[in-house]
Amino acid sequence: MSKFKQQFLAGPYLIWIVGFIILPMLMIVYYAFTNADGGFTFEYITATFASETNRKAMILSLQLGLICTGICLVLSYPLAMILNNMQIKNQSFIVFIFMLPMWMNFMLRILAWKLLLSKNGVFNSILTSLGFERINIINTPAAVVLGMVYDFLPFMLLPIYNSMTRIRKDWIEAAKDLGAGSITIFFKIIVPLTVSGIISGIVMVFVPSLTSFAISQVLGGGQVLLIGNVIEQDFMQGMQWNAGSGLSFVLMIFVIASMALVNLFDKDGEGTAIW
Amino acid sequence: MSKHLIDFIDISKSYDGSLVLDELNLYIRENEFLTLLGPSGCGKTTTLRLLGGFETPDQGRILFDGEDITNLPANERKLNTVFQKYSLFPHMSIAENIAFGLKISKKSKAYINDKIKYALKLVNLDGFENRSVDSLSGGQQQRIAIARAIVNEPKVLLLDEPLGALDLKLRQNMQYELMRLKEELGITFVYVTHDQEEALTMSDTIVVMNQGYIQQIGTPEMIYNEPENAFVADFIGHSNIIDGVMLDDRLVEILGVKMPCVDEGFGKNKPVDVVIRPEDVELVDPADGYMEGDVTSLIFKGVHYELDVMANGYEWLVHTTKHVPVGTHVGIRVTPFNIQIMHKPESSDEKAVEIDE
Ligand SMILES: Nc1ncnc2c1ncn2[C@@H]1O[C@H](COP(=O)(O)OP(=O)(O)OP(=O)(O)O)[C@@H](O)[C@H]1O
Ligand SMILES: [Mg+2]
Repeated sequence: MSKFKQQFLAGPYLIWIVGFIILPMLMIVYYAFTNADGGFTFEYITATFASETNRKAMILSLQLGLICTGICLVLSYPLAMILNNMQIKNQSFIVFIFMLPMWMNFMLRILAWKLLLSKNGVFNSILTSLGFERINIINTPAAVVLGMVYDFLPFMLLPIYNSMTRIRKDWIEAAKDLGAGSITIFFKIIVPLTVSGIISGIVMVFVPSLTSFAISQVLGGGQVLLIGNVIEQDFMQGMQWNAGSGLSFVLMIFVIASMALVNLFDKDGEGTAIW
Repeated sequence: MSKHLIDFIDISKSYDGSLVLDELNLYIRENEFLTLLGPSGCGKTTTLRLLGGFETPDQGRILFDGEDITNLPANERKLNTVFQKYSLFPHMSIAENIAFGLKISKKSKAYINDKIKYALKLVNLDGFENRSVDSLSGGQQQRIAIARAIVNEPKVLLLDEPLGALDLKLRQNMQYELMRLKEELGITFVYVTHDQEEALTMSDTIVVMNQGYIQQIGTPEMIYNEPENAFVADFIGHSNIIDGVMLDDRLVEILGVKMPCVDEGFGKNKPVDVVIRPEDVELVDPADGYMEGDVTSLIFKGVHYELDVMANGYEWLVHTTKHVPVGTHVGIRVTPFNIQIMHKPESSDEKAVEIDE
């Protein structure tokens, strides 16, 4: 193919990339560093940490993001091991089962959780009918974390499971042969060989949980204010595009930093497959 | 070479209902180089995995030094395996791979470093400590796998077709290296191969297996010169195996021709298998042979020519150093001493009795 033809065919994609990716990004950067009159300022960047609400939201977002990521990791790792060890011929079917909820509308799943958890919801009806006390976790950070874990678990499970399927049985046998017990095999063979999957999983869960706003809105009932909610309010309610862009820019730095971390470890591209 | 180090007693193993090993009995002596030889799927790897502790038998016991190890987990057995696929740990350097077993047995740093140096020297790969597994060729990986196993000073080294993936030259080098290692370290080798030449070259004892049965156990010379049945004869070298009738002591009839031989005690008019090695078939003047035939093909094999001779309806395989063109009319003769008479097996996988040593 001639060079001209190649460039010609790439044209539509270039337009797409410029129009829908590069341009919006540049606009965010522009708004982040300008004030309402169009003058250059750092005000909205520093506001991320200077303003009390922003700082609190940022810290809470980081906290919940980390907790959610931690819980996902602790749940996924043993699950991936169990799936990998199952003597089932069609393993992709198992993976399919775990991916199935992801095909349901995201908002629908969150609203379902709201129904389950609310004050007079399904769980509490069952609990009270059995004579137990109600649990009131709706509209608390705990409910938000629960929703996040439910939504993002597959993003952790899949890369870890993928990296685990690549561990050859004969490596495990060789380790046993050389005298290694189960604990040594776990820490010296299995964990090191799944590090790339773990790192991908962490980033793939941490990034969306850091930036999410829908989950906290529905399950937090307006009482759990994450950085995503603040940004949303800035854009939708306050029409403060500059403030919103400033926050988005800072958040983007966090996201880019964690993506860079992935590229550092994830050389086989386990995680990127489902993004 | 005397004491039994390992005993397999009535070992049976089946996978998904199909019997892979049927009441296998076998002993391995201290410092022996024992080779399991047989066609693909005959149960060699299964036997080795039972010994390594990666499978448990359905029935029977395995003794190690008189102790029952049938249910002992692999990591507690005093033997090490060199796997067919090398199985080096990809996330560790060469040195870390070799040190793996030593670290588990809590050896000192100095001891481990000494051992790594020593083992790398032994397999002729000095200076490879910090190389990655990926950067090594198949042959080099194989040697590292051997080094990783022997630093633990096992009493027994199990090797599953360790030279299968190597080219001829490297394979011959490694055969020599392994024999040298065995002399140097004084450990018992249990070796699996389906290459009869390799088995004949390296072993003290060869166990010929087929379909889960032991066909014959013996020294390479015994296996080669006195195969116990047609299967062994055929597997050990490409032989002429011909249906015959033992007419009387020292007289056999094959392809309608009576030939003198040296075997006795088969009874009269008993159907037998007659085995004649290609190098024992003499091509003579048509008038001087037991039978006449024509050369149908001729292949130069380096040291000798390999010929097919069609005579009395049988295609004889002949090795000779003379160049005999295709189409030549020849006579076939065999010295009585070179005719092997064998009982016909009752079934294709009949159990062979162990021959006395
Ligand atoms: N894990 C398993 N599950 C089911 N069948 C098995 C298993 N392992 C081995 N077999 C079967 O057992 C038989 C013997 O296998 P084994 O691996 O011992 O043969 P082998 O003599 O080592 O052959 P090769 O020379 O091809 O390596 C084969 O028919 C094989 O299909
Ligand atoms: Mg095998």
